Amino acid sequence: MHRFFPHPILALILAGIWLLLVNSIHPGQIVLGLLLGWMIPLLTTQFWPEAVRIYKPFHLLHFVGIILIDIIQANFTVARLVLGRPDRLQPAFISMPLILKSDLAISFLANVITLTPGTVSARLSHDRCHLLVHALDVTNTEELANTIKSRYEKPLKEIFEKC
Amino acid sequence: MLEVFISLLILTGAIFTFIGSLGLVRLKDFYTRIHGPTKATTLGVGSLLIASALYFSYLERSISLHEVLVTLFLFITAPVSAHMLTKAALHLGLQSLARLPEQQVNRQHNEQEAKHDQGD
Repeated sequence: MHRFFPHPILALILAGIWLLLVNSIHPGQIVLGLLLGWMIPLLTTQFWPEAVRIYKPFHLLHFVGIILIDIIQANFTVARLVLGRPDRLQPAFISMPLILKSDLAISFLANVITLTPGTVSARLSHDRCHLLVHALDVTNTEELANTIKSRYEKPLKEIFEKC
Repeated sequence: MLEVFISLLILTGAIFTFIGSLGLVRLKDFYTRIHGPTKATTLGVGSLLIASALYFSYLERSISLHEVLVTLFLFITAPVSAHMLTKAALHLGLQSLARLPEQQVNRQHNEQEAKHDQGD
């Protein structure tokens, strides 16, 4: 079972993307989408060493909602900073210790950091324990690191990793 | 009524995309410049895409959802490319307004050694 159907979640996502691509929900297209969703992970199985497991799907939905709101806020923040006085910005690099272990969760966190207020993830250390973050305008680096930890890292840990 | 709403969305999108590009000119170093295109444009392109979806759904009397895909791919690829660009810049040691992390590490290391020496 596991060998012939390695990634059920990925299969559903691929089927969904296929339906969006063809822009129809004709039964034939649904079958074709599910077939593609089954075939593609099977053929690319060596690129997916670990199975994706979501422990708390409803937390994921809630988390996506928070991110969307934060993205909109981030846009206004950055727009204000760009239009304001760029000379007065206080950019800084922050090295943030990570509690996440799985690859997927770390890449998720790095993406979210880049999409949200005034921060870009810059580099993951070789031992995967520290993520370097560049902040556009920051006065208190520790406070920012704590905000990222409590707001994004903790929910991701609950969603993708068994506690 | 819908047309007014769509026009507003397109205007918002255009303004945010413009501010994002303006950031490239106004900000001073590579690391801060990368913030402009990654952030201000997500909302800009987002509202343009919502406007597009609404307009074509209204025009063709059927739901147009290609825009959802564009959003999805944009949100996946934009942070990754920003991450790679920043990483490359760090690797090359481009000059930065903020203290570069290597220097920070060295400084901490030196401080620790200084403390250690004092302890002796």
